[in-house]
Amino acid sequence: MQGAFMANRKSASGRNPRNPEQVAGNGLLHRRLFLTRGAAALGAGSLGLLTAARAQELSPWMRIPGAPMTGHGSRARYEDHIQRLTTSAPGTDGSGGSRTPLEALEGMITPSGLHFERHHSGVPDIDPDAHRLLIHGLVDRALFFDMDMLSRYPMVSRIQFIECSGNSRLTGLAPEPVSGTCGELHGLVSCSEWTGVPLSILLDEAGLDPSAHWILAEGADAAAMTRSVPLAKAMDDALLAIYQNGERLRPENGYPVRLFLPGYEGNMSVKWLRRIKVTAAPMMTREETSKYTDLLPDGRSLMFTFPMDVKSVITSPSPGLELAGPGLYQISGMAWSGLGRVARVEVSADGGASWAEAALSAPVLDKAVTRFRMAWRWNGAPAVIMSRAVDETGAVQPTRDAIIAAKGVNFAYHYNGIQAWRVDANGQVANIHV
Amino acid sequence: MMRSLPIILCAGLCSGAFAQESPNLGVPADPEEVAAWDIDIGPDGAGLPPGAGTALEGEAVYAIQCLTCHGPEGNGQLNDVLVGGHGSLTNPAPVKTIGSFWPYATTIFDYIRRSMPYLTPRTLSDDEIYALTAYLLYLNGIIAEDEAMDAQTLPAVVMPNRDNFILAYP
Repeated sequence: MQGAFMANRKSASGRNPRNPEQVAGNGLLHRRLFLTRGAAALGAGSLGLLTAARAQELSPWMRIPGAPMTGHGSRARYEDHIQRLTTSAPGTDGSGGSRTPLEALEGMITPSGLHFERHHSGVPDIDPDAHRLLIHGLVDRALFFDMDMLSRYPMVSRIQFIECSGNSRLTGLAPEPVSGTCGELHGLVSCSEWTGVPLSILLDEAGLDPSAHWILAEGADAAAMTRSVPLAKAMDDALLAIYQNGERLRPENGYPVRLFLPGYEGNMSVKWLRRIKVTAAPMMTREETSKYTDLLPDGRSLMFTFPMDVKSVITSPSPGLELAGPGLYQISGMAWSGLGRVARVEVSADGGASWAEAALSAPVLDKAVTRFRMAWRWNGAPAVIMSRAVDETGAVQPTRDAIIAAKGVNFAYHYNGIQAWRVDANGQVANIHV
Repeated sequence: MMRSLPIILCAGLCSGAFAQESPNLGVPADPEEVAAWDIDIGPDGAGLPPGAGTALEGEAVYAIQCLTCHGPEGNGQLNDVLVGGHGSLTNPAPVKTIGSFWPYATTIFDYIRRSMPYLTPRTLSDDEIYALTAYLLYLNGIIAEDEAMDAQTLPAVVMPNRDNFILAYP
């Protein structure tokens, strides 16, 4: 996405906006400004495009009837350039990931077609009529389920995020800031409404042995990927998700059924779920030993670091989106925590010297992405903008320096440091370390 | 009978945030079916099948099945480095390999059997997987070249980095 991310628009009434209340340094303004006046009062200014449009008497799309109805809709063709950025392991085209273009999106829900991906052997083409789920191990009775059976179980719907625990390390743990868009740097997080069957119902039906403390979840992809999950989590809020944003799961998100573990690192929410084995102890699979363990400076590694900590990032302005000139802008970003609800988000426009609380867009949900917004009058001088989230447990998003001081630079997972963007005098936005 | 009602209610409401009545549609699986689906190897060796292999045998399998992606002797290609990196975990650029990092030798067998070779998973025999596991352990200096890996010897292998993991859960 190039060009002005938010053009100043002339006040519809022609009146000058009143001087809004400054709440922190370098032009951060009280959130009432946007909440009570709306976009029409964003300030003076004009845009060439607007002038051109006025010169036309009647747009072509008003002279002929539009396109017919369709069985399945698609986005406007002018939006087709909004794409996930994919990277894969050498010699493969399906082992790797793709990142959500966060800078192009708004609100709290990620469109299903732009939900990030992480696969270990591509996306399997699973016939739902042939798919089976086996629950076995330390249970009274091993049971098979097919999709027709699962669809008859009571379901629940929840809006919750999922984040790869390797998200953001590309820039956060690099000695120098990495050039990239917000999505390229932080796009391994997405948020959807997930609907499915609570796993606890099926485990209760199978009958848990008293010695059971873990489950092993296995996918039906060509990697047959496995992760061990604490039984306590499986019985608490684990879902067998079948629907995403109202429709059946996308293939790349686990069709026809995936495990969904709210707040836990994404790798554990095993896609294309085919088997759950109830066990006494973790199975020490490759994904929970050689991967997804956090290497500390003393050479030891943390194992089973499951929840994703509190985090936020400003999606607009962000690299690739440029400011058209001094004036009033809305800072917009996303915050989330694997430990609960976002309690507040603070924004700074002076590199962290002062902070002000951003407006949170309702609903603010447990383990969901929360959209925050902040009014900012940019004076045209270089500025550093950043956000800091706090969750309902009181956990505060740490600085990059604090994380590195505590855990070094080789832990590779669960990086949740504060992200700073530098706005230069030309309105260009760049990734920086502060 | 009436006295047991509160207990039943509590079991229904307290066993999980979403505990609800089940339509009980699961179809019982017999042990043979479960055995065909269950390919997991535990860190204690549970699940390891019969068979055996040595590094000498594994070298030949590696040359055909693994070398293109993982390079000669487990490194030098772009995909995951399998060998070396010993003592590097405190370096600025640690090299996490089977030898330098993996805590359990059983994981090698489990992972190869379920996921590798990348283009043709589930095609190797158990003997070939034991041999490949032995070869990778040998290249990492953990076992001898003629030491056979099987259901008894593999779980007894002590990996160099075994004691350097801190459990964050429970």
